[in-house]
Amino acid sequence: MASVEERQFHIEPFPGGTPGNLRLVEEGRLPEYDVVGTRPIRHDGTDKVTGRARYGADIKLSGLLQGYVLRSPHAHARIVSIDTSKAAEVPGVHAVCTNADMPSASHRAGDLGEGMVDWYHLNQNVLASDKVLYTGHAVAAVAADSVHIAEEAAMLIEVEYEVLPPVLDVREARTAEAPVLNDDVRTDRQPVGEPGDTPTNVAKHFHYEKGDIEAGLAAAELVIEREFTTETVHQGYIEPHTATALWSEDGKITVWTSTQGSFMIRMQVAELLAVPISKVKVVPMEIGGGFGGKIAVYLQPVAAVLSRLSGRPVKLNMDRSNVFDATGPTPGSYMKVKLGVDAEGMITAGEAELLFEAGAFPGSPINPGCMCVFACYNVPNGRIDGYDICVNKPRSNAYRAPGSTHVALATETIVDEICETLGICPVEFRMKNAVHEGDERVDGVTYPPIGMWETMKAVELSDHWQSPLEGPHRGRGIASGFWFNFGGNSVVAATVNEDGTVSLIEGSTDIGGTRASVSMQLAEILGIAAEDVTPTVVDTDSIGYTDVTGGSRTTHATGLAAIKAAEDIQAQLCQRAAILWDVEAEGVEYSDGQLTEVNGSEPRTISFTEISGKLNQTGGPVVGRGSVNADKHGGAFGTHIADVEVDPDTGKVQVLRYTAIQDVGTAIHPSYVEGQMQGGAAQGIGWALNEGYHYGEDGRLHNASFLDYRIPTCYDLPDIETIIVEVPNPGHPFGVRGVGEVPIVPPPAAIANAIYHATGVRLRSLPMSPPKLMHELLSRDA
Amino acid sequence: MPVVHIPAPARDLTGGEVDLEIEATSVRRLIGALDQRFPGFAERVLEEGELKPGLRVAVDGHVSPMGVLARLEPDSQVHFLPAIGGG
Repeated sequence: MASVEERQFHIEPFPGGTPGNLRLVEEGRLPEYDVVGTRPIRHDGTDKVTGRARYGADIKLSGLLQGYVLRSPHAHARIVSIDTSKAAEVPGVHAVCTNADMPSASHRAGDLGEGMVDWYHLNQNVLASDKVLYTGHAVAAVAADSVHIAEEAAMLIEVEYEVLPPVLDVREARTAEAPVLNDDVRTDRQPVGEPGDTPTNVAKHFHYEKGDIEAGLAAAELVIEREFTTETVHQGYIEPHTATALWSEDGKITVWTSTQGSFMIRMQVAELLAVPISKVKVVPMEIGGGFGGKIAVYLQPVAAVLSRLSGRPVKLNMDRSNVFDATGPTPGSYMKVKLGVDAEGMITAGEAELLFEAGAFPGSPINPGCMCVFACYNVPNGRIDGYDICVNKPRSNAYRAPGSTHVALATETIVDEICETLGICPVEFRMKNAVHEGDERVDGVTYPPIGMWETMKAVELSDHWQSPLEGPHRGRGIASGFWFNFGGNSVVAATVNEDGTVSLIEGSTDIGGTRASVSMQLAEILGIAAEDVTPTVVDTDSIGYTDVTGGSRTTHATGLAAIKAAEDIQAQLCQRAAILWDVEAEGVEYSDGQLTEVNGSEPRTISFTEISGKLNQTGGPVVGRGSVNADKHGGAFGTHIADVEVDPDTGKVQVLRYTAIQDVGTAIHPSYVEGQMQGGAAQGIGWALNEGYHYGEDGRLHNASFLDYRIPTCYDLPDIETIIVEVPNPGHPFGVRGVGEVPIVPPPAAIANAIYHATGVRLRSLPMSPPKLMHELLSRDA
Repeated sequence: MPVVHIPAPARDLTGGEVDLEIEATSVRRLIGALDQRFPGFAERVLEEGELKPGLRVAVDGHVSPMGVLARLEPDSQVHFLPAIGGG
């Protein structure tokens, strides 16, 4: 390959997109596909736009009961007793349950594919028996003829609490004086360290070193160290959690639910209820957003227990306040980050101390935070310490590129400060320091082929970057970000229909258009139209084990499974054509939807559609199967450009123009890639400017509704422009990388940098809300 | 010979050594060889013969789904990493 200086690029519209949807093209390197890269209408589109799509709350079953969960009013308390007798006597009540109705759990680790869970902690999070650790922590549940009866009965449950002082701040929680939430938690020193031996809120300590940090700092011309804080924020999915369960008389449990991973729900329900996984069937309904928050169970085991006790199917729905109070947010954090650079602007050293809220139980995304903090740059000397710290808030859960957005705020605003101090263009700085294939992160891993530099090239060539921003109180900022992506287990089965179409079944729930992206990969291999593939997401009894739709893995890994299934179909059809032509199968080739006799004097051909009508006479139906455990998923980099205008009288920030640039490997369905980039950017902008949990000193959440927890609306956002960069991932036949996560990483830092260039005020605390910015503007003027 | 990167918290066992060349054809054999040279290493990474829950092994930059069964080539690079969960 030519050196980076010799490679020629230009930016052009991505075919089929709107005017703001562009791509970076390298001269002579534009791949050509028939289906990949096109924009067919999504297969589930009609059901979605007509309202016919069935979500979890739409389930109706004969004899269905409605449930209600009683939740803790205290942030931290010991449960002295629970008396459910009065609730059980209410007419219309069919069952009341507490943790005592679940099997006891022990401290064992469970692997949810995309993260670990301690089964005892999960048991206690589903229904507390010993302590409540946050307001909203579930303590009991009721099933009744109506949700109103269930709620009325739940209010009669008498819970005696011994109220304990809460701790809400990570810095306070790690002091010796702080109340300890979990007596069983010891500091787990990772990776591969000796565990601690005293009860503590510091559940994990990750430590990474590379090179000689002291020498690296000594060699620096400029060293900048800054402290940052971020608030607890929620994923903000529009559909609340829901679960309906039927525990049948034959011991089988069926769960209908909204989830990112039906097999993960099956595993958790089976483990928590001590039944074999073969006794649990999970039916994934359509999902109204997850973003990492719909992997762990909350309601599913409780609905199953209520069903067992009542002998009837039971539905549990959360309302919005339940979702905020009790389901996984992404953690608030405290971070201290230091970067050193030499006179030429080359990074010599990086050091970070990161404290993330675990919430009630261990499990914050502190480790990926550690691994992402310097991931965009070649840092020769580094030291990173990260701490997972329990506080009296709901147990944190994944949220799009978990941990990476936090640390990008720190690193990327320090980079901006370095560029200003040294008088270096921030694009030039990032291109000089960008990681390339073979570079080693501070955690020791070396990069495969990646596209950090190419995203910066796209920034440099973009109309947005090249257009001057004029006017008072306006500023422009850029920031970069990284996410690992993931591979994992996926299974696809594809049946050839006699009319030349294919029915595809998969276990990956479709959050962001993956029915389309998976079907398109199968169609590309078979040489048929995407519309000729009918994808269906099926339950856990109907397809092989499939990991969660998360970690930006589905288009990559389930796509790989679809490719394998298509190749299986190709091989079988070659055998069928050989039977038709009375030749050996090796003498038949499959290409572009046609089967061709290779060595015949007058080569015969038959199309996919034609041979599909001859399956019965040549051996019966053809089913292609693909099963993968993918491990070469390729990481993703993104860089965003933000233009803002600050109202000097109110501190309100208006985003004027915004461009998201990202290496996606290969865009299978560009519209959904662009949608992921825009959606991630929109969530990141909300996180940057407005979102945050507000707790009282007693640990009660004060803004558990969308009225008071302000996510961005169309009035807050411009049309988000996109530039797709395609540096193919060699671990996938089409070069696919995950796309869903990295676009949430750069926005807070890009906007913080833009605010600085508009006002001269550097904010290092999220959200950068009007009161906070106004305070800083007034301080500046004073 | 495969090169294994020793995580910082385990360098107390290796006397501060960071990257070590270890003759091994699988991750399981590599851990065995490391444990012979640095007693206690296997206890840090294994539980009942498998990688401890939450621990992963990356071979040539890719986290292997095969864990201790992962095969190594003469030029393989091996890293022990905590599991990473995405959203």
